[in-house]
Amino acid sequence: MRETSEKKTAGKKLFGELFSSHNLGDFLFERLTLLFAVSVFLLVLLMGYQMYHGSKLSIDKFGLSFLVNSTWDPVQEIYGALPIIYGTVVSSFLALIIVLPLSIGVAIYLSEMAPAWLEKPLSFLIELLAGIPSVIYGLWGIFVLVPWIRNSIEPYLSKNLGFLPIFRGAPYGFGMLAAVIILAIMVLPIISSISREVLKAVPHSLREAALALGATRWQSTKIVLAAARPGILGATMLGFGRAIGETMAVTMVIGNRALISPSLFDPSYTLASVIANEFSEATSDMYLSALIYLALILFVLTIIINALAHLLVWSMERKWKAA
Amino acid sequence: MEIKISIKNLEAFYGKNRVLKSVSLDIPKNKVVAIIGPSGCGKSTFIRCLNRMHEVVGGSMTGSILLDGEDVTKVDPVLLRKRMGMVFQKPNPFPTMSIFNNVAAGLKLNGLRNNKKLQPIVEKCLKQAALWEEVKNNLDDAGMNLSGGQQQRLCIARALAVDPEVLLMDEPASALDPISTTKIEDLIFELKKNYTIVIVTHNMQQASRVSDYTAFFYVGDLIEYSETRKMFTSPDKQQTEDYIRGRFG
Amino acid sequence: MESGIIKEKNFFHYKKKFTSVVMMSLTMVATIAAIVPLVFIFYYTISKGITYLSPQFFVAMPKPVGEPGGGMANAIVGTLILIGLGGIIGIPVGIMTGTYLSEFGHNKFGYVVRFLTDVLSGVPSIVVGVVAYTMVVMPMKHFSAIAGGIALGILMIPTITRTTEEMIKLVPHALREAGLALGIPKWKTTLAIVLRSAWKGIATGVLLGLSRAAGETAPLLFTALGNRFWSTNIGQPMASLTVYIYDYAKSPFEDWNQQAWTAALVLILLISILSLLFRIITRSKYKTN
Repeated sequence: MRETSEKKTAGKKLFGELFSSHNLGDFLFERLTLLFAVSVFLLVLLMGYQMYHGSKLSIDKFGLSFLVNSTWDPVQEIYGALPIIYGTVVSSFLALIIVLPLSIGVAIYLSEMAPAWLEKPLSFLIELLAGIPSVIYGLWGIFVLVPWIRNSIEPYLSKNLGFLPIFRGAPYGFGMLAAVIILAIMVLPIISSISREVLKAVPHSLREAALALGATRWQSTKIVLAAARPGILGATMLGFGRAIGETMAVTMVIGNRALISPSLFDPSYTLASVIANEFSEATSDMYLSALIYLALILFVLTIIINALAHLLVWSMERKWKAA
Repeated sequence: MEIKISIKNLEAFYGKNRVLKSVSLDIPKNKVVAIIGPSGCGKSTFIRCLNRMHEVVGGSMTGSILLDGEDVTKVDPVLLRKRMGMVFQKPNPFPTMSIFNNVAAGLKLNGLRNNKKLQPIVEKCLKQAALWEEVKNNLDDAGMNLSGGQQQRLCIARALAVDPEVLLMDEPASALDPISTTKIEDLIFELKKNYTIVIVTHNMQQASRVSDYTAFFYVGDLIEYSETRKMFTSPDKQQTEDYIRGRFG
Repeated sequence: MESGIIKEKNFFHYKKKFTSVVMMSLTMVATIAAIVPLVFIFYYTISKGITYLSPQFFVAMPKPVGEPGGGMANAIVGTLILIGLGGIIGIPVGIMTGTYLSEFGHNKFGYVVRFLTDVLSGVPSIVVGVVAYTMVVMPMKHFSAIAGGIALGILMIPTITRTTEEMIKLVPHALREAGLALGIPKWKTTLAIVLRSAWKGIATGVLLGLSRAAGETAPLLFTALGNRFWSTNIGQPMASLTVYIYDYAKSPFEDWNQQAWTAALVLILLISILSLLFRIITRSKYKTN
């Protein structure tokens, strides 16, 4: 009897020295969940590798000049991504400019002003907006937004402000303007909900300090916004990251032509919509490889933007938790 | 003796919850009144009713609070709060502002932006808060870089800058180390020459050191209010005596 | 003390009060402006989609243009199969990783994994589709539901991981301590006590992940591709609701456009109901704690 129990304790001691857990069950459980966590880690690496490998053909041929060549002509096998990158960045950037003040306004309203009974359903509605599939936005875009732009907005802008280069051209409906509007709608819920989290993380004592000095509500809100600035910047970047990756809604309304034009009325092309449009029809290896190269660019861009954004938001939340 | 704030039959509510029951007391000018009592007795609520900060968190009140004879509920709270400065339990300097801008914050919020005009006021307030010597060479440093005790003195300077008549202090030293606490208590002693001070504290020794009058609250009721010396040597009510002798807390 | 502050109402006082009222009202306006598109989209989807909504829509096969009585039975089943395939990958990986993060992930590696999960959630779904293409379609040399399922599975992982971690974190520490104090080893405590308490939230998180996958289009365009015929063969291309909406919306035929609206209606109702369910269940978790 004594021998067996001594052996058991000796075995347990060995375990205890090597691992943090004290019995086999804990050991297995921890290692099992760890395995899955590691797989996520490996997955991201795998994704990067796959895309690099898939685009190697065109990377070898075009190198970095791919990013600045301005002709995208699959027929002649000339692949330059500049107009596509232009379309991606410009459409997202413009959408962001429109939507940023609105999003922050919504975040302020929901976190500072709205009565409790109103805040919950409202924030749910805004969440719902984020949950609508991209293709449904696109559907609505084709049959409601684009005709409206073609029949009302563009003619109006053309008549009154048509001398401006951004409003030049025929009212086609499909084009940069439609994409910008739809991106703005899609990105608003993200920026506003993260901003709201960020505003909530600012301790209440800050508002109290401002109000006790005789500040008005708006003045105290400004002080809170200043304190939340890094987080709001992070929210904006996340919105931007989402916008550049948005595929279906954009491809359904943007016109899908690779050209660089100052006019909002003209069609355009984004990284995501090229891939969506042309991937299944890619006939040659080089064509496919060029498309995967585009995907790689998009991948790298979104990773960088999202990584920076998350660091900003997390740093803010940690700062306040420590304080 | 002039009365600065006169409180009659003050009742305070959070929704339907009554947290203060029929409190009446007079706060004399240029004296220090300490509010003591166990946790949850309504001391913080009381002090926040005075400058209507109670409303900010959804509270309401009935009864009258007269500041120099004027009914506090009939005045714009934004204006009222310029006459009553508040210092909180945990120091809360504005995180994005320098020391200078923290002190000047109240002034800037009220329209005074000219740095030349602000400079002497900031200096005077930092001197009054006994912080000037320690920060005079780095006024542009972040307010958050100061130690806890310094941050609290910064908040006091900030409150003083708006030239209030009354200083409301909600356990100003409870988050600080003993040395900073002593500094703050010395400060209060100096400040009462020019300001009327109401200080909430759970530290009875502090109350007896620092105040002229003491009010003892218990579960929303004002049990006793008298001169500090009397309160701590021969209180009228048994409950007061029990609390002071530490028989409950 | 001269501070230059007048305690009475002066011009600056009125100005700052006025500004405050204006700005705070503008935030209210912004909120209304944000809700307007939502209302619009729902209104259009419902009003245009409902005319074609009938039981037949769910059981009939697509018919050539002009022929009445077409439905999207194959697409509906296809979507279900695809999200099922995705779930086979996404659910175990998500729940296990979420469990790891909440139970053991308070170290550097946990930080890295959490960070990567967040980063993964920001990768556009079309990029994930491209990866699935290179990993599955290329070696198999044809499109298949498996490829689509893998893409959807990868997309589900961040959502399910995050909700699992959050739901487990919501279980009060006292419950865990009670189990450990009784001498139950940590792994049993986690499985029997903690997970049992959190399973409702986790299940709804899974449903949320599945419903979001059901709304994905881009990654399917060149993995599962699409299929005009009835097929449950996962080694072959497969139809899906979203790709159908896309194809039918782009087409010049009004009949098909109409069906796209109806499909959109079905999809949007499914997702909204699941979102609402998720909110209700997680809200009640907050209340009980």
